[in-house]
Amino acid sequence: MKKVNVELVVGLFMILGFAGFAYIAIKLGDVELFGQQNNYPVSASFNSVSGLKEGAFVEIAGVRVGKVTSIRLDPEEYEAVVTLSIDNGVRLQEDSIASIRTAGIMGDRFVSITPGGAEEYIEPGGEIEETESAISLEELISKYIFKDE
Amino acid sequence: MKKLVEKLGDGALYYIEQIGRMGIFLGICFVNILKPPYKLHPIIKQVHFIGARSMFVIVVTGAFTGMVLGLQGYYTLSRFGSEDLLGSAVALGLIRELGPVLTALMVIGRAGSAICAEIGIMRSTEQIDTLECMAIDPYRFLVVPKIVAGIISLPLLTFIFDVVGILGGYLIGVALLGVSHGAYFNGMYESVLWNDVEMGIVKSFVFGLLLVWISAAKGFFLHLERKGAFGPEGVSRITTDAVVLASVTILVWDYLISAIML
Repeated sequence: MKKVNVELVVGLFMILGFAGFAYIAIKLGDVELFGQQNNYPVSASFNSVSGLKEGAFVEIAGVRVGKVTSIRLDPEEYEAVVTLSIDNGVRLQEDSIASIRTAGIMGDRFVSITPGGAEEYIEPGGEIEETESAISLEELISKYIFKDE
Repeated sequence: MKKLVEKLGDGALYYIEQIGRMGIFLGICFVNILKPPYKLHPIIKQVHFIGARSMFVIVVTGAFTGMVLGLQGYYTLSRFGSEDLLGSAVALGLIRELGPVLTALMVIGRAGSAICAEIGIMRSTEQIDTLECMAIDPYRFLVVPKIVAGIISLPLLTFIFDVVGILGGYLIGVALLGVSHGAYFNGMYESVLWNDVEMGIVKSFVFGLLLVWISAAKGFFLHLERKGAFGPEGVSRITTDAVVLASVTILVWDYLISAIML
């Protein structure tokens, strides 16, 4: 009987295992492999970000251009400060509008940016001044129902 | 009446004693893992036994788990008209829960029972005493390579299980039931976060340690079992015990880790 080459089999097993890990971690877990920075941060303040989660997408014209990296409360203004990381190739005008939208009725919340017309662009680390808060379906419905009263 | 209370106390003491014994066993093993000299070859041999040779079982169970998730998920999701979520449902289910747990259960059945029986037979035929007589530390020689190999193999097996499962779900969802290719994979990439992957990794490390520890300790302390009986009968009972205890412990820890990390 041929003797099994233990080292070879174990080596193959380890390679397969790590390949699986690499696939899951990099493709699914969004780990940045070489830590390269191909995006820049921009912040925006909203009255309400209800339902928005970290990791949600940022879209311009329906195209994914970045994601939400952090959401925190400004303790003085009681506003939600959202940090977005935008892909390097995408430049935002000073008067861009950031609004929070929902994909479908039950879908996830995401940030949609409507480009402006200004000449100046927002620097990395800058702030989007114009924002629109999350639309609450319940509020809209209650407004509609009770509009006559 | 007094007899009954005595019996209860006796049983409780016995279990506490057993838990303490296994705890000390684990402590000694950890000390021995850290103590040089480190020998690579026994570990490789055990990785071969616990890991590489479990691969066939893992690939088959992984594929069918993914396929059944794809099938069940599709029929449930299509009631709400959200078949596009199939990819994320399959991937999240596999990475967070089913991957680590089913891998651990399969490895218990395949390798855990073998480890327990092997060490149990060595104890029963006094080979472990012989090792001690020859000044060979049985912990170092027998148990440590198995524990290290368990901690190495289980995460790797789990990742193989996850990937094969995702492909199985793809096969059913996309090739058979007609979910779009892009919706399956993009939904998956969007919804799985590093936290989910991390939870899977933590679980598989813990399970790897737990299953080898319980199987090895059960076999190692065969001679201290109260129901006695060295020989075939004792070994068979201890192996059954080890498999049941390890499986239950892993399901309990699965809940605990999920509860802590969610």
